[in-house]
Amino acid sequence: MNWKTPRTGGLAALAAVILLLPLALANNYWYEVAILIGINAIVCVGLNLLVGYAGQISLGHAGFFGLGAYGSAILTARYGWPSAAALVATTAGVALLALLVGRPILKLKGHYLAMATLGMGVIISIVIVTEDRLTGGPDGMSVPAFTLPGLSLAGERTWYWITGIALLAAVWIALNLIESPAGRALRALHGSEVGAQVSGVDATRAKVGVFVISAVFASFAGSMAAHYSGFITPGKVGFFHSIELVTMVVFGGMASTFGAVIGAATLTLLPQLLTVLKEYEMVVFGAVMIATMVFLPRGFLPSLMLELKKNRK
Amino acid sequence: MSAPLAQYLLTGLTIGAIYALVALGFAIIYNASHVINFAQGEFVMIGGMATVSFASLGLPLLAAIPVAVLAAVAVGLALEKFAVEPARGASVVTLIIITIGASILLRGLATLVWDKNLHSLKPFSGERPIELAGATILPQSLWVLGVTLAIVLALGGFFGRTLTGKAMLAASHNRLAAQLCGVNVRFVLLLSFGLSAALGAIAGILIAPITLTSWDVGVMLGLKGFAAAILGGLGSGAGAVVGGLALGILESLGAGYLSSAYKDAIAFVIILAVLFFMPNGLFGMKSTERV
Repeated sequence: MNWKTPRTGGLAALAAVILLLPLALANNYWYEVAILIGINAIVCVGLNLLVGYAGQISLGHAGFFGLGAYGSAILTARYGWPSAAALVATTAGVALLALLVGRPILKLKGHYLAMATLGMGVIISIVIVTEDRLTGGPDGMSVPAFTLPGLSLAGERTWYWITGIALLAAVWIALNLIESPAGRALRALHGSEVGAQVSGVDATRAKVGVFVISAVFASFAGSMAAHYSGFITPGKVGFFHSIELVTMVVFGGMASTFGAVIGAATLTLLPQLLTVLKEYEMVVFGAVMIATMVFLPRGFLPSLMLELKKNRK
Repeated sequence: MSAPLAQYLLTGLTIGAIYALVALGFAIIYNASHVINFAQGEFVMIGGMATVSFASLGLPLLAAIPVAVLAAVAVGLALEKFAVEPARGASVVTLIIITIGASILLRGLATLVWDKNLHSLKPFSGERPIELAGATILPQSLWVLGVTLAIVLALGGFFGRTLTGKAMLAASHNRLAAQLCGVNVRFVLLLSFGLSAALGAIAGILIAPITLTSWDVGVMLGLKGFAAAILGGLGSGAGAVVGGLALGILESLGAGYLSSAYKDAIAFVIILAVLFFMPNGLFGMKSTERV
């Protein structure tokens, strides 16, 4: 086995980090941060397929995250569905929605695509805030714990392992997808859509496909977040969360699956560390965003790799 | 025309004029640099907040307004110099994130310099509503519409008749070719950020007496301005104005006849519908990809 490829070595390294991290987690607060990182990382790994590999921007993925969270929440809390059935139905519903809106939206390019996905996200978030009889409106709603027959999943430690396994699975799926013919089609699209089409790539199908996959990742992570924290508010559905997610992907490094994980980890951790700055938090966060993008426009991991390669020579 | 309809149209036109000014700012920066400046809304905030604070220092409105606009212009120039210029050649997404970072930074600074409260500005000429076609209109709305019209005409003259304006247009069509013809492209970039900042600040000052102003007023206005610019077709001046007015009127009609809770959603649904049929907006030029 070649341990230098991302599919073996990278995945093993990630598994090792997830296995060893609990040694460094002093209390439940840090477990919570770690779980939050895992959940964001799952969304980012999916979003990176769309933004990083296929080159299609989305400023609305928090909408899919929110639909996953509220879908699971509403089906279990208001209609008494079993959690697993709610999870499957919600994920399938979001996949179908992404398939329906993906076709017309992904015809658009560049800033028009940014606007359309942004609009989609804003519409979802307005619906969630306004339909307060179902969703609890701006105050949010509580979500029952995830239960399987004879077993209720609760507590930071349990969820840490669930999130860890889900993240490994997400990364494994993403890495395999990228190396498949479908993944190569996506990368061709990123280079030049016309060029890819001329080479026999069905551009629309490839773009809509990856859009659906990234929406499913986001929705699944949303369902997990809702059941884990037991409470969900529209804050995680809005425009800002969409921006946060894209920033994580770009910060870690576009078209780098492990970069997306690193980006999610850094930008989830940063606000936790910046809270000590109190009223200066926003200023510093904004300045960090500008500085990283100016000095590392390719993102953290690709810049690091490039530097390592240079040194080896 | 029925009275409610006239009222909705007047309200929509007023807010639409503000959207149009913000959208023009987006279009000018986009033309000069192909950057979508997500900090555009913060110029609106700075304009309104700075005027309020200069006025509270005892400055007459006539002096406070130009000083506030200059403050916004200074911020716009700094944004170009320290955030956009160093990242030249970065990808679209990277540039979007830089300007979003700048908007967060500016909002953070606003909470430090000012506070997190709502502030009001005295209307320019009284508060007595004027009757018009069975509807009422605030004098401040007339100021909004009048100033917007004047600015649109002035910009038309600037881009159509002056050498600097034509140089900016030339640089937007082909940067390299313009440079070869002796256009100072870096100056054009700076100018575009300064001009956009001034437009945003003026919009913020005009609307402050009607809607109040605060540190986060730029978020929604910035998004709406971007939506208006896209609706009209990115980079088109006429498109930005028509897009802004259309968005304002659509919102107002949607709030009046359908649902006020869903007014923003209605506007976005219509924009999506327009984009599905006209993927380059109403007045946007079709671009072809070179392979």
